[in-house]
Amino acid sequence: MTTVAATHDVGHGEHAPSGFWRKYIFSTDHKTIGIQFLFLSLFFLLLGGILAMQMRWQLGFPGKPMPGGGILPESMAPGGVILPEYYIQLVTMHGTFMVFFAIMPLLVGVFANFLIPLKLGAHDMAFPRINMASFWFAFAAGMVMLASLFVPEGAARAGWTMYAPLSARPDLSGAELGQKLWSVSIVLLGLSSILGSLNYITTIINNRAPGMTWFRMPLSVWSLFITAILGLLALPVLSGAAIMLLFDQTIGTHFFDPPAGGQPLLWQHLFWFFGHPEVYILILPAMGMVSDIIANGSRKPIFGYHSMVFAIIAIAFLGWIVWGHHMFMSGMNPTLGSSFMISTMVIAVPSAIKTFNWMGTMWRGNLRFHVPMMHAVAFVAMFVIGGLSGIFMAATPVDMHIHDTYFIVAHLHYVLFGGSLFALFGAITYWYPKMFGRMMSERWGKIHFWLTFVFYNLVFFPMHNLGMAGHMRRIYDPTQYDFLKPLQPLNTFISVCAFLLFASQAIFALNFIISLFRGQKAPQNPWLDNGLEWTLPNPAPHGNWAQIPSVYRGPYEFSSPEVEEDYLPQTRKLPTDREPAVLSSGAPS
Amino acid sequence: MQWWLPVQASTFAPQIDGIFTAILIITGLAFVVVEGGLIWFIFKYRERPGRKAFYTHGNVKAEYIWTAVPAVVMVGLGLTSNHYWNEIKGRNSVPPNAYPIKVHAKQFEWLFTYPGPDRRLGTDDDITEVRNKLHVPVGQPVVLEEESEDVIHSVFVPAFRVKQDAVPGMQIRAWFIPTLIGEYDMGCAELCGMGHYKMHAKVTVQSQADFDAWLAKAAQGDIE
Repeated sequence: MTTVAATHDVGHGEHAPSGFWRKYIFSTDHKTIGIQFLFLSLFFLLLGGILAMQMRWQLGFPGKPMPGGGILPESMAPGGVILPEYYIQLVTMHGTFMVFFAIMPLLVGVFANFLIPLKLGAHDMAFPRINMASFWFAFAAGMVMLASLFVPEGAARAGWTMYAPLSARPDLSGAELGQKLWSVSIVLLGLSSILGSLNYITTIINNRAPGMTWFRMPLSVWSLFITAILGLLALPVLSGAAIMLLFDQTIGTHFFDPPAGGQPLLWQHLFWFFGHPEVYILILPAMGMVSDIIANGSRKPIFGYHSMVFAIIAIAFLGWIVWGHHMFMSGMNPTLGSSFMISTMVIAVPSAIKTFNWMGTMWRGNLRFHVPMMHAVAFVAMFVIGGLSGIFMAATPVDMHIHDTYFIVAHLHYVLFGGSLFALFGAITYWYPKMFGRMMSERWGKIHFWLTFVFYNLVFFPMHNLGMAGHMRRIYDPTQYDFLKPLQPLNTFISVCAFLLFASQAIFALNFIISLFRGQKAPQNPWLDNGLEWTLPNPAPHGNWAQIPSVYRGPYEFSSPEVEEDYLPQTRKLPTDREPAVLSSGAPS
Repeated sequence: MQWWLPVQASTFAPQIDGIFTAILIITGLAFVVVEGGLIWFIFKYRERPGRKAFYTHGNVKAEYIWTAVPAVVMVGLGLTSNHYWNEIKGRNSVPPNAYPIKVHAKQFEWLFTYPGPDRRLGTDDDITEVRNKLHVPVGQPVVLEEESEDVIHSVFVPAFRVKQDAVPGMQIRAWFIPTLIGEYDMGCAELCGMGHYKMHAKVTVQSQADFDAWLAKAAQGDIE
């Protein structure tokens, strides 16, 4: 190949599918698939929230009939009073839906699909049909999981971590079909993630526009690249474990059943060998998108771009050797606990680098507080709390007290809600015009942000205190314990704030839906950003570019002295810029 | 302090609370630096028309500092914690004279077995199947020998700062020295089924004389 890609003929840019089914349902267009993931995972986010509200009702007002609970069947909540067996289904399915069907597909399914080709200057993913398969496997997984709520005995009951042998033995958990459906669904979801990850990695390696070198890639794409590698390596472990669990549940194997020679800790090792990289799958893309948004909002290049990239890689690498910190109290050899503690402590270092680099980006900036920027700064502020609280449980002796208490619940929600979900609210608002051609309301976006920020902290910060006092996780009725009785007013307070937090999300939902039809028409480059995606019309057409653009610089050239404006798009050719050579691996498509 | 760490009723409690406080101070400082910095930047560098941001791609020296400082602090914290970890949970940490009590966990109760006068479990004078009542003498090392009949449970006594999973198919030991006479709660920390929330035992720390008296009565079948 000697011609530059800018003059390259485009195959599939020319014939967009015209029928409804091929265009909106069985689409191979990465943008449509991203939007399909968006609607699917926002549905599960809502569902996970509804389950959380029921848990909060029981914890705040134990044994009282839940308003509207009368519509639930007798087997869940007779007269609206939640039963213990329904409560542990709520615990299990809230975690399952939020981790596997809301946060993970929102970050990866939506934004890896939507952003990677747009930000790298590609017509589409490397394997569009595999991409479509990835969505439909996720959809099938979601439907199986959803169906499990409605089968006899209800959904799975062993917590989202599905510890064996409780999960493997229906006589011990009280749920048979629900447990099996959980395993089936997770296998399907694993397949979806593996196909997706394969596709993202291939696309990033092969389908970059001329001039889009590795170190000109936005940090969002870097983090999605590393996330995809984690996904490709971690999900097969979960799938394998889920298949073993399914065999225990169905065909009489005893991998995890001690009386027959099985080993319960095997499940924990497999689960957390997947589970800790999964934790980084749930935060790295958020970090990447927040980096893009903070540079844009600060009108400044990202501080320490290269160390940001290496910090992502370091976090991902260390993420593989810390899984035992979930198992300090499990009966695992305590000497292993020592090494897992040290590796866990070391993860604080790249996390600190990222935090200080975000602050360095804002330092001497010209901060523009659009809604995505507010969420991105809140991400940094909240992620820091989640990161610092993690140090308490990394210290093994302290973990002996706070393990399996509400301190952990507080910690993980500071990372997943305060971190990932704030980043997602920001990212959805930021790329909404690129998806739908219209802007979300700025005013309602800010109102939603402040209500969420305040109530979120009122819900989750006091949980640290609950955990310090020894409040166990996943208990149906804390008032059973004398030492927890004085904490009940705090539990009630948290529940009331949780209801208000949930209600505040109606603003986001309405803003999202109404803006689809009534939102202000988006200008081509609404945030005055440098990314390749903003050189396209909103929404971008099928195949994205008729001619692939050339890239002359990195994505964060804000306030460059070379131009008068405070931004300098990656595709804008200055007189001093040389035409990029075609990548040796071959130009796109 | 009901919304803070619970009463300290074992020798581990002051040690663990000490590390907790040390981490609280370190993370508190980091918290103030980061959040304070963010708030300061938000006001100081908010957008002003006609101004351009300072064009820089970073500062290697600053990055070295904020890499090195957390690294040193974290490794130091890890080594300190590890010292206590080995004292508390290390394989050889259980004092040889510790008084053994067997804990048999099952859905959803705790069955305790106390050794008789010979202070050894597995002999004829054992006092078996004491349901949901853990009595221990003050000032004496006690070792719980945990086992589970069905699923994973976890012994958790907040006042002692003691937690240890009981895993079916495994024998796991957890020891402590109670220091404060009184009644405390013991719960199950690992989700073990629908009755998880009510898997509740009362822990009674009593003087050696009271404990001996209680044990003698328990040997007669009177465990109240």
